[in-house]
Amino acid sequence: MKQFFAFIKKEFYHIWRDKRTMFILLGMPVVQIVIFGFALTNEVKNSKIAVLDFSKDDATQSLITQLDASRYFDLEKNLVTYGQVEEEFKKGKIKMAVVLPRHFSEDLKHENKVQVQLIADASDPNVANTLANYASAIIMDYQERITNGRKMPYTINTEVRMLYNPQLKGVFNFVPGVMAMVLLLVCTMMTAITIVKEKETGTMEIMLVSPMRPQLVVLAKAVPYLLLSIVNIATILLLSVYVLEMPINGNLLLLVGESILFTLVSLSLGLLISAGAQSQQTAMFISLVALFLPTVMLSGFMFPIENMPLPLRVISNIVPAKWYYSIVKSVMIKGMGIAGVWKETIILAGMMIFFLGMAIRKFKIRLA
Amino acid sequence: MSNSMITAENLTKRFGDFVAVDHISFEVNKGEIFGFLGANGAGKTTAMRMLCGLSLPTSGKGTVAGFDIYKDNEKIKQNIGYMSQKFSLYDDLTVKENMRFYGGIYGMTNDFIRKKTAFILHHLHLEKEGDVLVKSLPLGWKQKLAFSVAIFHEPQIVFLDEPTGGVDPVTRREFWSMIYQAAELGITIFVTTHYMDEAEYCNRVSIMVDGKVEALDTPAQLKRTYAAASMDEVFLKLARKAVRGE
Repeated sequence: MKQFFAFIKKEFYHIWRDKRTMFILLGMPVVQIVIFGFALTNEVKNSKIAVLDFSKDDATQSLITQLDASRYFDLEKNLVTYGQVEEEFKKGKIKMAVVLPRHFSEDLKHENKVQVQLIADASDPNVANTLANYASAIIMDYQERITNGRKMPYTINTEVRMLYNPQLKGVFNFVPGVMAMVLLLVCTMMTAITIVKEKETGTMEIMLVSPMRPQLVVLAKAVPYLLLSIVNIATILLLSVYVLEMPINGNLLLLVGESILFTLVSLSLGLLISAGAQSQQTAMFISLVALFLPTVMLSGFMFPIENMPLPLRVISNIVPAKWYYSIVKSVMIKGMGIAGVWKETIILAGMMIFFLGMAIRKFKIRLA
Repeated sequence: MSNSMITAENLTKRFGDFVAVDHISFEVNKGEIFGFLGANGAGKTTAMRMLCGLSLPTSGKGTVAGFDIYKDNEKIKQNIGYMSQKFSLYDDLTVKENMRFYGGIYGMTNDFIRKKTAFILHHLHLEKEGDVLVKSLPLGWKQKLAFSVAIFHEPQIVFLDEPTGGVDPVTRREFWSMIYQAAELGITIFVTTHYMDEAEYCNRVSIMVDGKVEALDTPAQLKRTYAAASMDEVFLKLARKAVRGE
């Protein structure tokens, strides 16, 4: 036990003396939360639109006012000719143009039918889609209002409720993703790098010649990063709750427990990588390519897994972050208990045992 | 029997088809300075790694400090010190922290560590440098410190793998006087080198060529046998037979 503590103490000296790395390790979650929480948001607000109104009557005027009044759109410009539409798009000033035909009001009254054209900038398809949907909804709204007095033959009213995230805040999506990314980066990459560093400098040999058991060397390497990760978990949760005003609907202890489980999975992966890699560059490269990219791409945090082709959906199952991401969302946002996430928990625990077992095994083989 | 600290009998290590160490046999006596010579790639380091328990032999027998190298690996580790050719102290730790760490992983008591640290620092005239980061020390000092750390826990045998690589002749001489002092305390020294002047300092030397021990005797006797004026000449005569390159 004394050997173990002597080792951990030394590990802390390494971390403490390398101020730059320590700053990155502890500052990274803060920076990421702030960036994802404030700067990178996929919500659509105050998009600039242009209107090409060929009628200029009461009806078009009130429709335009209604669009402008919504928090999604700002009327940037009134256009006169079709040619101007493309011009404005090319200037990049507007995201959508609304074209209202001649005789709008009359057609509406006499023929009960009128066309409104929505032209959106689909170079960003998601935004274009969202804007078109919002605009359609506002136009439907308008239609409902003017037909209020009269009875329509059939009406289907939809009532939409956005469960768990009524304001559709993007942060709800990002916080669990950032947690997965930060923990993975700190634990996997840093443990892998520090162990390989000892191989490079030759100190690992000295350790293996010493009476300290190799398994203990490996575990002692992981402990400081586990502690650092707990600090990071706390930072992220505090920032999410007090700065991003995100609720923790489920049990806090369960959330922290699951995060520690994920940390252990990441640490085991780091140890496994370090058992194979011979240089710090290799360790870093493997961590980034084999772990970081799949985590960003295949955990469901950037891109929905359901829409992916089958092979990718299958591969996503071996990405630990996918399961952790799902756990955090369930516990933090939906307020579910262990009964709701036991399957994911077992999968993560299984992964941890598998990776750790492999890592210790590989370490032994290397000795012989 | 009780007098031999290291024995090797037909010790062999193969990597696939390549026989790195080919049936080597020798004995090292207590308190002896045993030089393990050979060109690069002759198999010195592999042989030493087998004795230290870093590598498992393919065949043959061996004991270190009376313990079997196959079965009593853990007991051997308690009784040996090791200094690798790569520099083995932590650059970002101070001199004292390094000693505290190595004392710690060998399970020494705090009291022992404190006294021993003070003794070594005094002995090396490094009292003022105790709290200095190792990276700011000159290479020669680091090398001497690394040796002190390798024998910090007072092992019976210390293995030195090319300990004087890259240091100047004056420091090398000082380093060897430290080795002599350790030997006088009864520590058995097993040292690999390819500096032939250092071979002269050893009690006995073995010369490895292509994985085999080609010669083993005192430096004086070897020079007589091979009718050579210096160890350098002995080595050249033997090493020329080598087929293996680097």
